[in-house]
Amino acid sequence: MENLNLFIRSIFVDNMIFAYFLGMCSFLAVSKNVKTAFGLGIAVTFMLVVTLPINYLLNTYVLSAGALTWLGPEYADVDLSFLSLIMFIAVIASMTQLVEMAVEKFSPALYASLGIFLPLIAVNCAILGGSLFMQQREFSSIFTAVCAGGGWGLGWLLAITAIAAIRERLATYSNIPKPLRGIGITFILTALMGIAFMSFLGIKL
Amino acid sequence: MAEKINNKNVLFNPFSKNNPVIVQVLGICSVLAVTVKLEPAIVMGISVIAVLAFSNVIISLIRNTIPTNIRIIVQLVVVAGLVAIVDQLLKAYTYDVSKQLSVFIGLIITNCILMGRLEAFAMANKPWPSFLDGIGNGIGYTIILIIVGFFRELLGSGTLLGFQVVPQWCYDHGYVNNGLMILPPMALIVVACIICVHRLYNKDLQEE
Repeated sequence: MENLNLFIRSIFVDNMIFAYFLGMCSFLAVSKNVKTAFGLGIAVTFMLVVTLPINYLLNTYVLSAGALTWLGPEYADVDLSFLSLIMFIAVIASMTQLVEMAVEKFSPALYASLGIFLPLIAVNCAILGGSLFMQQREFSSIFTAVCAGGGWGLGWLLAITAIAAIRERLATYSNIPKPLRGIGITFILTALMGIAFMSFLGIKL
Repeated sequence: MAEKINNKNVLFNPFSKNNPVIVQVLGICSVLAVTVKLEPAIVMGISVIAVLAFSNVIISLIRNTIPTNIRIIVQLVVVAGLVAIVDQLLKAYTYDVSKQLSVFIGLIITNCILMGRLEAFAMANKPWPSFLDGIGNGIGYTIILIIVGFFRELLGSGTLLGFQVVPQWCYDHGYVNNGLMILPPMALIVVACIICVHRLYNKDLQEE
């Protein structure tokens, strides 16, 4: 129940884009049409679901203070948390490369539609941000990490698909002032959607 | 590159004409998150300048030995090492600010400005121009951070760098701080205003 609550909260209340503004670069760059935006959203969700549990295990059994106790009592006061940034990003970058190779080998059709986005994902702040939030909030189990990852990913997918749909309409139906065309109006749109998403604040299940 | 790179252009272009935030649209996440107050914005700006300049130099020095297949991992590891150093320094000397910035120092690693500049410039140029490029882009980024931070702190809490700027008699006559400015969506609107003004004077940047 607690995990379900966290899952829903991660989608709406703690939405990666509208609450924390993470992953904005690719959000702004790839939201010109719905189809590619949806593809990138799926890829981000997948990466979050895969990397968050791995980083959770790393954090619990290797990195945090006293985590190495399972090696023997003499390791009880070893604290490797200063290495967490490098470890997390290494996991994310290598998983991206691995997933890219696997997808290319086993599903060329999916690769053709996702291909260009997969390398981009290594530098998507939402993925590293997820791992850092996981560390900061001290999740209690690996299942919690999976739920949070799935929720954050779906929230990101929701946001990028919605904004892409609006931008598609904007391009044809509205007369935007010249200096605001393109990136400017997208900023304002995102801000308005962020304000709308604030209405989810305080939801408890 | 065929023509000789003009060091002066490399350093000064990112200030306005090729600004990393409002023209290249890189590194938006941190602009929005750390600009509620001016002080963390400045600290963040300085950290990014330092990391960007040195990672540009390092990558530029080893650019010919990196295998292209794994260059993203190499770049990320170099950047992550530098960011870890900055993170530890901030924790040691300015603990309060580092608490406010929380995960965003770590997120410098995935700040697109870094990857963008490493890919676009440092992989193809000598160390000295790369260093200048890093400094230039870092300063361009910091300028935007400071402008946004200035307006958000002034309108949102009536202070600048923690000092009271809006005088007490304004409050006595019914002036109220704009609470919306403290919330993240307003940062987007402030950046949109900056983009709008900037493009008004640089017509060649307007789209369509």
